[in-house]
Amino acid sequence: MTPIIKVSNLTKKFKDLVAVDDLSFTVQKGDVYGFLGQNGAGKSTTIRMLLTLIEPTQGTIEIFGLDLRTHRKEILRQVGAVIEKPDVYKYLTAYENLVLFLKISGAAKASKQKLMEQLDLVGLAERAHSKVKTFSQGMKQRLGVAIALSHDPQLIILDEPTNGLDPQGIADIRNLILMLSQKMNKTVVVSSHLLSEIELIANRLLIIDKGQKLVEGAAAELFDPAQTVIEVETLNNAQAIQLLEQSEWSAMLQPASANEIILKMDKKQIPSFHQSLVQMNIPVLSLQPRHSLEDYFLKVTTGKQHVEAFTN
Amino acid sequence: MLPLRLCVKTNNTKMKKILLLLLSIIIFQQAAFSQDAMGLINKVKSKLDKVNDYVAEGRMKTDVSFIKAPAGKVKVFYKKPNKFKLKRDGGISILPKGGVSVNMSNLLTGKDFVAIPSGDSKVGNIPVKVVKLLPTSENSDVVLTTLYIEEATSLIRKANTTTKENGTYEMEMIYGKFASFGLPDKVIFAFNTKDYKLPKGVTLDFDTNEPVADRMKNKKGRVEISYTNYIINKGVSDAEFR
Amino acid sequence: MWKLLQIELFKIFKRPRTYISFAAITALVGLIQMGLYIDGKSYVEFMLRDLSMSFEIEGNILNGYLVCYIILQLLLVHVPLLITLIAADLISGEANMGTLRLLLTKPVSRTEVIFAKFGAATIYTLLLLVWMAILALFVSMALFGTDDMLNMKSGYIVQMKSYDVFWRYACAFGFAALAMLTVAALGFFLSLFAENSIGPIVATMSIILVFTILSTLDIPFFNAIKPYLFTTHMIGWKGFFDVKVSEDNEAIIGSVQNLGKVLQAAGILVLHIVGLLIASVIVFKRKDVLS
Repeated sequence: MTPIIKVSNLTKKFKDLVAVDDLSFTVQKGDVYGFLGQNGAGKSTTIRMLLTLIEPTQGTIEIFGLDLRTHRKEILRQVGAVIEKPDVYKYLTAYENLVLFLKISGAAKASKQKLMEQLDLVGLAERAHSKVKTFSQGMKQRLGVAIALSHDPQLIILDEPTNGLDPQGIADIRNLILMLSQKMNKTVVVSSHLLSEIELIANRLLIIDKGQKLVEGAAAELFDPAQTVIEVETLNNAQAIQLLEQSEWSAMLQPASANEIILKMDKKQIPSFHQSLVQMNIPVLSLQPRHSLEDYFLKVTTGKQHVEAFTN
Repeated sequence: MLPLRLCVKTNNTKMKKILLLLLSIIIFQQAAFSQDAMGLINKVKSKLDKVNDYVAEGRMKTDVSFIKAPAGKVKVFYKKPNKFKLKRDGGISILPKGGVSVNMSNLLTGKDFVAIPSGDSKVGNIPVKVVKLLPTSENSDVVLTTLYIEEATSLIRKANTTTKENGTYEMEMIYGKFASFGLPDKVIFAFNTKDYKLPKGVTLDFDTNEPVADRMKNKKGRVEISYTNYIINKGVSDAEFR
Repeated sequence: MWKLLQIELFKIFKRPRTYISFAAITALVGLIQMGLYIDGKSYVEFMLRDLSMSFEIEGNILNGYLVCYIILQLLLVHVPLLITLIAADLISGEANMGTLRLLLTKPVSRTEVIFAKFGAATIYTLLLLVWMAILALFVSMALFGTDDMLNMKSGYIVQMKSYDVFWRYACAFGFAALAMLTVAALGFFLSLFAENSIGPIVATMSIILVFTILSTLDIPFFNAIKPYLFTTHMIGWKGFFDVKVSEDNEAIIGSVQNLGKVLQAAGILVLHIVGLLIASVIVFKRKDVLS
């Protein structure tokens, strides 16, 4: 089956800064594809390249099996997006904004009733004829989603859709995404810097840092207890890594920054792994299994400097 | 428009008195010849006297170095003894002060002048007698008028008038169909003009560095009226002169 | 494309800012008309003071045609500000609001966006000029009547027959449209580089201000660069109010003294518009939208 999105070796440089570095991934039809990374990791740049707002320095993007460069209009007709803050024309009403963007989307003219239904879907029917400048951040966000969905696109790209929302707003967006995926069979790409949000909705995940891919895989696998992530701290990590690389455990070693030892294994293997460490004379200080991907994500992307960002 | 006035006013100058004194001596000495001049002028007058009133249509052209004006239609009304009115046929008229309203009959109306014969001359190819008219009234605006009269036809071919207020101007008359009434087909007024200049800052012209065409540098202004049609002695309402 | 233009116009005319320009022009024209209506005589006397020393000038000198000329002379210098307010905001304003990125993820090409936006700016400019023509010309004609028009230039006076004026205004407004579109194109081009509208508006105004001062200053050093400043050509509309004269200095009705020069100026303005528009397309197509 043709993937909905196929990104190959995508690179974007801003002068000396490499924002996205040789990134490749695929999104399949029906996926809720979680795109994770710290602020500044390159998520937004990647998403903007998917939406033709930024031109890649290198690499190719195929959406619906078509090259984005040569089939831009065709592709974008089937894409709906909310990029960061869902900014719309503040001097227009919610309804006017919806009509305006629907027109540009090249979709068939919708009846007033249809448009009101769409506003109702995001709970804005009552405020349809109020100017957007009177809206709260959450209402604007919901209007942004309504606009992204208005032309009934196949692919929906949401860049940090819960930014600035209260818990209720976050829950609403989450439910909406699940509904789009499960009931309407849409493909959704959703980015966030919060794993806790993605965890609950995504079936596939991509984690990037400094523009590079860290992990890509099915959520079921990444969250699977049989795929427990273990962090080992020793007196001499560099030496320990050397020894582990020559051992039976080498396949389980995960790429990490220098001097960090991370392995992925079934939880049941931990005792024998522990035994091996002793046998190899590795002086272990600590051995910590991680129960969710969040710790891993936290560890690999931030090195614990931004713990406060993950406490919610 | 100020018609040339030869009537009495109170305005004295020393120069004028001396001039008058000198002139009276000359006049006295050349009394006989002066009689001739008066005769010629009376002939001209009697010719003009045949006209009680007229309405004339004409085309007026202004030629002043710093004015670009299109030619326009004018209508001229005259009624004895000295009512004269030039009306433009719509549009704006820019005319030299005093000058254009002068016509021959009001030049010669009244008897408050002395005629001095000043020999023979030519206007174009036409031999003329030169007669100088000096107003006797001390406060007339006109200082001196020189007439160039063709004796054979009793037509004034040219007149030079010097005024106190409006400088000197020259009138040249070209006669045609209405010569028998002493009415010209074409009158050309020539007069001196002062400079015209507006500060550039006021106007912000598009083409400020454009040099003024050579012919426009000529300081002498001209107004030319070509009459196409006279309606003579058919009565003119006084209302026209208001 | 047509749809996009409609949308852009819809956006322009939904904003209160747009109507400020129309209100400003109404107020300014009204003020000038009121002033001239009350005290126009002394204004005319001032303009004609040199001439009336040796000439009698008769007729309705301060007629609608002259009043319109006075208004245009005073106002056309300031209209660029009103044009800039809209044009320099077209891209930067949307970048600032954040709507640009949403707009550009829609299936429309960036070239189309440029043309639709500039098209909308053009229509706005033309409507502003039409409104100005209605007020400055037609209302003045109704208030002050019509007669021959006297154009008092710095070196000479041009008299145009009343029936020889109207077409000149039609041409003058056409020319003014080119001049204002040049301003719009400049503001539009600069709006590509900023993410707030103040920057490009101020930049556009500054360029026009500096160029206009250089164009107006009569200093030999600056005279050399004048032909290269578009502002020098922006007052070309005045060229329609000068006539040719015949050999004996009679104004030729229906003629224009420096038609070649006026057309050349118009050509230069058109080149500016086209150049700036092409530059806008090139820049915009390459632009990474980061706002």
